[in-house]
Amino acid sequence: MASVAVTRPSFFRRPRATTGLAAWLTTVDHKRIGILYGATAFVFFLLGGIEALLLRIQLAQPNGAFLDADTYNQVFTMHGLTMIFLVVMPLSSAFFNYLIPLQIGARDVAFPRLNAFSYWVFLVGGIFLYSSFFLGGAPNGGWFGYAPLSSGEGFLPGTGMTYYSIGLQIVGVASLASAVNFIVTILNERAPGMSLMRMPVFTWMTLVVSFLLLFAMPVIAIALFELGFDRLFGTLFFNPAAGGDALLWQHLFWLFGHPEVYILILPAMGIVSEVLPTFSRKPLFGYAAVVFSGIAIGFMGWGVWAHHMFTTGLGPVANTAFALSTMFIAVPTGVKIFNWLGTMWGGSIRFTSPMLFAIGFVAMFIIGGLSGVTHAIVPSDFQQQDTYYVVAHFHYVLFGGAIFGLFSGAYYWLPKVTGRVLSEGLGKLHFWLMLIGFNLTFAPMHWLGLQGMPRRYYTYPEEAGWGFWNLIETVGSFVIAASILVFMVNLVRSMSRGREAGADPWDARTLEWSIPSPPPHYNFAEIPDVRHRDELWHRKYAEDERGRPVPVVAGAEHHDEADDEEEHPDIHMPDPSYFPLLAALGLPVIGYGLIYFWPVAVVGGLITLAGLFGWSLEPVAEE
Amino acid sequence: MAGDAVQVPHTATGLDNRKLGMWAFLGSECLFFGSLIATYLLYRGRSVQGPFPEDVYDIPYTSVSSFVLLMSSLTMVLALNAIQRGDHRRLRAWLLATALLGITFVGGQVFEFTVFVREGLTLSRNLFGSSFFVLTGFHGAHVTVGILMLLTLYGMSLAGRLPSERALRVELVGLYWHFVDIVWIVIFTVVYLIPS
Repeated sequence: MASVAVTRPSFFRRPRATTGLAAWLTTVDHKRIGILYGATAFVFFLLGGIEALLLRIQLAQPNGAFLDADTYNQVFTMHGLTMIFLVVMPLSSAFFNYLIPLQIGARDVAFPRLNAFSYWVFLVGGIFLYSSFFLGGAPNGGWFGYAPLSSGEGFLPGTGMTYYSIGLQIVGVASLASAVNFIVTILNERAPGMSLMRMPVFTWMTLVVSFLLLFAMPVIAIALFELGFDRLFGTLFFNPAAGGDALLWQHLFWLFGHPEVYILILPAMGIVSEVLPTFSRKPLFGYAAVVFSGIAIGFMGWGVWAHHMFTTGLGPVANTAFALSTMFIAVPTGVKIFNWLGTMWGGSIRFTSPMLFAIGFVAMFIIGGLSGVTHAIVPSDFQQQDTYYVVAHFHYVLFGGAIFGLFSGAYYWLPKVTGRVLSEGLGKLHFWLMLIGFNLTFAPMHWLGLQGMPRRYYTYPEEAGWGFWNLIETVGSFVIAASILVFMVNLVRSMSRGREAGADPWDARTLEWSIPSPPPHYNFAEIPDVRHRDELWHRKYAEDERGRPVPVVAGAEHHDEADDEEEHPDIHMPDPSYFPLLAALGLPVIGYGLIYFWPVAVVGGLITLAGLFGWSLEPVAEE
Repeated sequence: MAGDAVQVPHTATGLDNRKLGMWAFLGSECLFFGSLIATYLLYRGRSVQGPFPEDVYDIPYTSVSSFVLLMSSLTMVLALNAIQRGDHRRLRAWLLATALLGITFVGGQVFEFTVFVREGLTLSRNLFGSSFFVLTGFHGAHVTVGILMLLTLYGMSLAGRLPSERALRVELVGLYWHFVDIVWIVIFTVVYLIPS
């Protein structure tokens, strides 16, 4: 590959650094990109969490005066945007990046530079959104940004919602790029013998999520373009005075928004589908049913969006149709729940931290799922719309569901990443604190909502009688914060003092555990030859005549270990590149230019264009 | 494909990564243009003040520029065929022809836009103006990106950096180019030809 570089102009020579800042800025290694995704998303998680605490302090007592109304609007909007677009999606992406090549027996993703581009775009998009706090105020119209409220002149003045329309657009580019990348990676980069129905369930759910992203992101992109053009260039898309439709935004937004909630939850479902079998020492109960119900959720997720709009007056026929489809989508979800229970049933269960979080996920997700079914009943939804009951519901599925699932994955796979196991004692403390804090915070929202407490109001009068439960919720939110501190202590402590993980600390089932922890940069010294679902398990265990696992005497993983110390100069990995970073850096410049001074946008466009040209012209050794 | 013999893809599906990636991306683009076209259709006949479509459309003019764009798909196919046969002189000729046809189309669109603006139709005049300019403008931007890619291929071929083993690059740009053409067929039919 060096000989290729010599014949090229030096500008296009690919960077060589393997350590230090330059290496991280130019990396195309899926494992490093996964770590970057995870670390960045965790920082945003802390920011979003601090925003949540500010909201809870404000609401702890009636007539709260901690935040004024405008600040409160900005903080709750940014809390939602952060947790959805800058925490749960990129944290899932961190798992996709780190694990998918390892689970399918590949050395990297299909498009390593596109992968780096996704990460940098996500980072600059997040920073762009957050910079609005210092540049005249953050978005303040809710994460759904309903137009015409968000588009109309004078309704939400300032640049906040303009930052919303451009910032989400940038973050969306990252999601689209990673969707293309993971679809191709999963379909094309599988090791020999890894047929679709031998893939780990986490890989399957990543594939479904990637297709959802692929088709959902362009819909929100158009909605955001129309919103941004209304605000910047005076188009009339959402202007009722000019005949604009007040519901167009809602249709476009929720046509994206409902697949989006499955984009948020399916990765966590994939994670627990890996964790539960490992710690029950049983194969996943009904593998095919879990996979196909995941696919069914992916399809049906496109036919339920108007249940967010029952109160907008769509009429009885539309309401009935969407109520039915919404109830139907609970069926494949229920199938998964029963499969998880069936997996644990009769297993020899080990209650480790990842297992506890996975069980917590199942329990909390059932509560959130059931309250979700109550929204499907139209008259009941009329009562619940825009109350704290809805807030309770989606926190049970997105915090009790997605975040619990992601923490389960963190405890399960961080030993693979760092080479060290996290402390079980602190892990259990984290779990119980979080479970208690979570339920203290969000369970009372059910009854407050049914009593009529509205969402998004920055304060409430004393006579309403909501003070007691609000105080409990605020206490609960600080218990959650404490549990996150425990996690951080655990993480830092494990880096130096944690038990060495070894290749396979959990006696697990899938290929990523067949290689050392942390994995060498080429992942697999030899591309594995896959013969079974749960390949690693079958390499370690045969079955006796009664179906019980018995260890295989000379496990296949032994012969690799001497090998793994070597450098393997024969394995060519993709070269690093700084063009993905350059291409990404242009995007926020375009954004600032559009808001403040348009020639700057041209400069930004040229930066991105230069990055893309360099990208396509630099020598490609791997081709 | 015959010309791809050198680039045997070692993938699980047998399809080259880049080709599969391009197909996935084009699938996403369907929803992109689908949402724009849906917006346009929703707002048909709902503008509260003129100019209305029938006041400004010049169907013969747009038919000619549509024909130009569709012909560029033919030259694109000929370019791909040329590189697969190893005929690099013809490859460059057809690439340039495709790019020029594309430039003619975009130039025609710019001219059409200026005529419309002179007749009083702007982005902020009425719903027709907003939805028409944004839809056709995004299409024009896609054609422009395609032209840039075609000219890049042309430059690479001149510099001797587009050997026949890399015919796939031409094929990928071709996939994108044909897609943009097909979208225009839909736009031309739905936006220009069906009376409101």
